[in-house]
Amino acid sequence: MKTKAVIAGAATLVLAGALVSCSAGGDDSGDGGGGGGSDASNCTNTITKTDLPVVTMWAWYPNMETVVDNFNEASDDVQVCWTNAGAGGDAYDKFQTAISAGSGAPDVMMVEADRIPTFQVQDALVDLSDLGYEDVKDNFSEGAWKDVSVGDGIYGAPVDGGPMGMIYRTDIFEQYGLTAPTTWQELESTAQALKDAGGPVFASFAANQPATTTAYFYGNGAEPFTYDPANEGEIGINLNSPEIKEVLDYWDGLVDKGLVGTEDQFTPEYIAGVIGGDYATYLSAAWAPGYLQGAGVGEGADAGVWGVAPMPQWDPANPISINWGGSAFVVSSQASNPELAAKVAFGVYADQASLDEGWQQQIIFPLNANVLSSAEFQDYEVPFFSGQQANKEVYVPAADAYTGMTYTPLGQYYYTALTNQIAAIIDGSATGSEAADALQADVVAYAEEQGFTVVE
Amino acid sequence: MTTTLENVDIPTKRRRSVSARQNLMGWLFVGPFGIVFIALLIVPIFYALYLSLFQKSMIGGTRFVLFGNYAKAFTDPSFLDGVWFVIRFSLVLIPLQMAVSLAIALILDIVITRYARFSRLMIFMPYAIPTVIGALMWGFLYSDNFGPLAEIFEAFGQQAPDFLSSSLIFYGLLNIVTWQWAGYYMIIIYAALQGIDPTLYEAARIDGASQWQIVLRIKIPLLTPALLLILVFALIGTLQFFNEPQILQQLAAGAIPNDFTPNMYAYQQAFSLANYNYGATISFALGAVVFVCVYIFLFATRKRGSFTS
Repeated sequence: MKTKAVIAGAATLVLAGALVSCSAGGDDSGDGGGGGGSDASNCTNTITKTDLPVVTMWAWYPNMETVVDNFNEASDDVQVCWTNAGAGGDAYDKFQTAISAGSGAPDVMMVEADRIPTFQVQDALVDLSDLGYEDVKDNFSEGAWKDVSVGDGIYGAPVDGGPMGMIYRTDIFEQYGLTAPTTWQELESTAQALKDAGGPVFASFAANQPATTTAYFYGNGAEPFTYDPANEGEIGINLNSPEIKEVLDYWDGLVDKGLVGTEDQFTPEYIAGVIGGDYATYLSAAWAPGYLQGAGVGEGADAGVWGVAPMPQWDPANPISINWGGSAFVVSSQASNPELAAKVAFGVYADQASLDEGWQQQIIFPLNANVLSSAEFQDYEVPFFSGQQANKEVYVPAADAYTGMTYTPLGQYYYTALTNQIAAIIDGSATGSEAADALQADVVAYAEEQGFTVVE
Repeated sequence: MTTTLENVDIPTKRRRSVSARQNLMGWLFVGPFGIVFIALLIVPIFYALYLSLFQKSMIGGTRFVLFGNYAKAFTDPSFLDGVWFVIRFSLVLIPLQMAVSLAIALILDIVITRYARFSRLMIFMPYAIPTVIGALMWGFLYSDNFGPLAEIFEAFGQQAPDFLSSSLIFYGLLNIVTWQWAGYYMIIIYAALQGIDPTLYEAARIDGASQWQIVLRIKIPLLTPALLLILVFALIGTLQFFNEPQILQQLAAGAIPNDFTPNMYAYQQAFSLANYNYGATISFALGAVVFVCVYIFLFATRKRGSFTS
């Protein structure tokens, strides 16, 4: 009896110990990329030069494996340890948690430009102005630099952008005798004509696309946010300006008349619709053909039916070029060696081989001016567009004319609020103007709650 | 126990040492659970309570606000609408779920063929499928483009209802959750049915009771404790509603906003907006709502359910 009791006691203690260590182990692996710059055990890639210092990195470009191998191969003072922490929102949520926790962030991370101020305001990013920016300054346009700047600081190394164009179905355009509209007014009449002739909807206005809708705002000359961290605590919010109301009322009208689809984009449902010819156009960025191809568009029945034209304008006399998406590499303030990390951020997707693979496979639209201006890139006959020279005709001019946007540290909240308002427009519970007013009130209230002084 | 081994003069002392040893044994057995319980439940709860008393903002840092966050939560339309949604959802879902699972269990109890076992397994199966996969699967089934629903309606020249639109998402989710849980509840009821003494049925039959009367007068009254248990499970589960809408949001962002349910709202506040303080506040406030609802319910049914006494 005594021995049994002892055994039982010992067993429970061992069990308890095992459980405790289990949970501790779970916590460790939850950190993901590790951080600190030296922990190379979690890399997706294999590091061959093991004697060199290691920089950890999160990125989700589809060809990242090749890019990292290219970089590690060529580098003789640093190696990259790469992890895919999920695309977009997933990675940001993890990074956000690591920033709040004070550890666990990677040294270098891929982010879309519109998220940079949100992390910058939390002191999560390193200013790259003195860490190699001067050396690569001339490789990128002013607009590209503006997108990764907050005030006077440079917080990202640009890689790819998303100049927008109107991707369209040549078969539908031919069948109904349409020409690509050059203004938004024309777009509406074309869409109406298509509907009257019994055709599909012309485009799509989706609640889950706040970034696209923000690009439309800029396309009408709106300046939704002004922000400079030099005046810390001050932010300009202008979400119910006449320009923004005009854009939202315009789309509200298209929705009401049944000229556009309102399904969420990036869903299997939407892609099936795109393949099936449910939409005559897809107003999207230069990386979209690659995305669509990856999702199976442009194969089989709908192969060879895609073309691209410039985005419609509000005022053709003063055209405005707009951008959706594109990413940069930022250096986290948790990086143990910011200089090495900056070297990686500027260098990792900058070699010729990686960039060429990127644009030829249509994974990225490079922002590097040397690539943009090269004859090989300009004259490239894009297979997705049946050999149309899409870069020369549409995307390069759009990228050249793009002057950059001012993103806001409220980005995350703003997108949620805008999503809610687009949903309200779609289900008819608000007009475009009402949605703009509600959006302004919502975002201003949040900004004040976060301690900002709001200039309306 | 060990009486034969030693002779002890003072019985009281001996008794104390035995009970002390038994106490120790008890603690050793409860120990592992206790450690995990404290480390993974009690400590986080107090940490969340602590967090909820502060507010960190982007400019100006962290301030102690005492119950300021709670005052905000209980006037915050996002939180209140979410709570109201899950309460409405519970009011429809729980009776539906219970009716379905009770009906299936009663039928399976009466029908004794070789298919009964197989049917039981099939009905239970949705519960074995992870909620995430279940929700994704239903997302596809509801789809306009490749869902069977759309095809069936098309065969009759009709447009299928869009269960992922904001007007029908309530019913879309209702269907998914019922599908997922009815089998599990059915097993609980079925097990309780097996525990009923069959001589009761025999006696009833001798008295001339029909099958239907046996169900209504004997089976259901004896199942009350099991049914109440299920009700409490379902109530707690539904008020904490999170997985299914979170997954379906990827397919229907317009119909499912981030503040759709209180749990989703807390998740968004904490992990997307880095507002851990308010996220903790919402979680705590939701916990309070769940506690109050369950307490009211148990109080109202205290005479009926044996498990409450």
